[in-house]
Amino acid sequence: MLTFTIRRLVLAVPTLLFISLILFLLLELAPGDPMAQVPLTVPPDVKQKMREALGLGEPMPIRYWKWIVQFFWIEPQVLVDWVFGTHFSDGDLRVISWQTRSPVMDLVVQRIPQTLWVVGTAYVVGILIAMPIGIYSAYKQYSIFDQAGTFVSMVGFSVPPFFSGVLVIVIFAVQLGWFPSIYDTTHVVDSWDSFVVQLKQMIMPVMVLALQITAQISRYMRASMLDNLNQDYVRTARAKGLTEYTVVMVHVLRNSMIPVVTVIALAVPAVFGGAIITEQVFKVNGIGQMLIVAIQANDLPTVQTLTFIFAVLIVLFNLIADVLYGLLDPRIRYD
Amino acid sequence: MTDLSNPIPTKPPRSQWLDIWDQFKTHKGALWGGIIFLTIVVLVFLGPFFWNIDATFIDIRSRNQGPSLTHPFGTDQLGRDTFARMMAGGRTSVSVGITAMLLALFLGSFIGILAGFFRKLDGILMRLTDLFLALPLLPLLLVMMLLFREPLSASFGPERGIFILIVGAIGITSWMPTARIVRGDVLALKEREFVLAARSIGTTNTKLITRHILPNVLSPIMVSATLGIATAIITESALSFLGLGFPPDFPTWGRLLFDATDYLQQYPERVFWPGMAISLTVLSVNYLGDGLRDALDPRIRGR
Repeated sequence: MLTFTIRRLVLAVPTLLFISLILFLLLELAPGDPMAQVPLTVPPDVKQKMREALGLGEPMPIRYWKWIVQFFWIEPQVLVDWVFGTHFSDGDLRVISWQTRSPVMDLVVQRIPQTLWVVGTAYVVGILIAMPIGIYSAYKQYSIFDQAGTFVSMVGFSVPPFFSGVLVIVIFAVQLGWFPSIYDTTHVVDSWDSFVVQLKQMIMPVMVLALQITAQISRYMRASMLDNLNQDYVRTARAKGLTEYTVVMVHVLRNSMIPVVTVIALAVPAVFGGAIITEQVFKVNGIGQMLIVAIQANDLPTVQTLTFIFAVLIVLFNLIADVLYGLLDPRIRYD
Repeated sequence: MTDLSNPIPTKPPRSQWLDIWDQFKTHKGALWGGIIFLTIVVLVFLGPFFWNIDATFIDIRSRNQGPSLTHPFGTDQLGRDTFARMMAGGRTSVSVGITAMLLALFLGSFIGILAGFFRKLDGILMRLTDLFLALPLLPLLLVMMLLFREPLSASFGPERGIFILIVGAIGITSWMPTARIVRGDVLALKEREFVLAARSIGTTNTKLITRHILPNVLSPIMVSATLGIATAIITESALSFLGLGFPPDFPTWGRLLFDATDYLQQYPERVFWPGMAISLTVLSVNYLGDGLRDALDPRIRGR
């Protein structure tokens, strides 16, 4: 198992390098010029110097190499410095945003808590709703509850977040006036009242994201439970005289959770991707909104870094899912 | 026992497609999904022949109207008829969905069959599929829209350029699941006796694939086709909603929804029509795919 994990970790490196190359080459083709906003009164030789300061004067492979060094070598050093107060990265050039002329990673660190709060809460809520629905639908297959659950999960699949989000805004913010339609990220929670305000503004984005997660996970949960409910060991457990609760909630559930746990791990990056749209609808200034603004402003270093962070998330969670599958299911040990 | 003297079967032979249709009919959700999807497609493509108001006709005096007999869905802030715009938008959204699905299906089946059939290509093609699956798709689509919008609209005109760009971008980022499923099926089929028999009489690889392999992997391809339409329509609407899709004067369902959110406080019902159209189309296509999967699976079909 350990060798498998190490092998997968080693294999992830060329994958990430290849993805970074694809991203770099794609953005090489970008038509935008970061110097377009510089006034015409600036002489050409000064302009040339500014261009070189942005790292634009060099041939393509060298710039790719520099970006790789900045991303994989200098940025981790900055992180170490920040955590332990050391001075490894002093004087090193970092990936600079063309919009704000400040390091991209600092901006990302500012934005990530908002995204994590909304996405993380939605993920937990979605899973907590999905599991009982999946278990009960499978236990009472073809009952009215099962039919309704299947229909709701179909709707959750089909209604895109930019419609469900706008719809809940129309109903709960415009018509009923219960919740604010815009997520205020400067809000500080320091008392019970401010906590209630925070809760109110989180309900709508969390519900919109949770609907999609619930739709996906409850279907997997149901299918996995159905696979296990007709197995021989279930009949044995019933024949031993165990209560129905123990049979379903202990014996069947534990075995059904194996594929569901990996699906939960695999879906994390997709939720981050989907949060781009939800953040846009509710004006949450997380990393998804940062990506959209950077794309509209032609800020290539930021776009590059953020897209690559999404890629790292996907590769990482694929790895976690594979390792978890082996750990949970002794029948699948990749030795 | 049966009458041995009369070997002629009493029942006329039934074709496979008739069996599939019989099974499909029993799935009520899928049947309704199919009917609703067909209705939407027919309405969107044939509707303009019966509805005389042009989608781009501006009648500024009758702007911001509610539903009435002359304008069943009301009018927008420039007095354009929302019903006509919905049909025009649906034409674009459905065409993008179907074309992108066909492209993804072609790529996916091609790569899947090559990987499954030729062992030498299997390793490299499946690594390629894994790499594509590891790409962050929505951010990448947004980046592609940013990069290729200008050159393509310059060479093909604004509308057709964006159409090609969106269809191409969705197509080359959504072929991977099809390729994986098709490869798995081809790997199993390759070991069957009829393939061996065909090979033993000297069938070439090309004929073997087109005559024997392809018809047998048709059912997973058809199921991914329906699901592909659904994802393509959602992706196109998402891009339009983020303001990176078609140009503003060219309606699609996502664009109409995006424009309507500006008037959310005053005219909340404007959001409803395009959003409902997207959701209903995708829901019906998903149900259709569900029923098709059951109907095409001979183990479920009661023979």
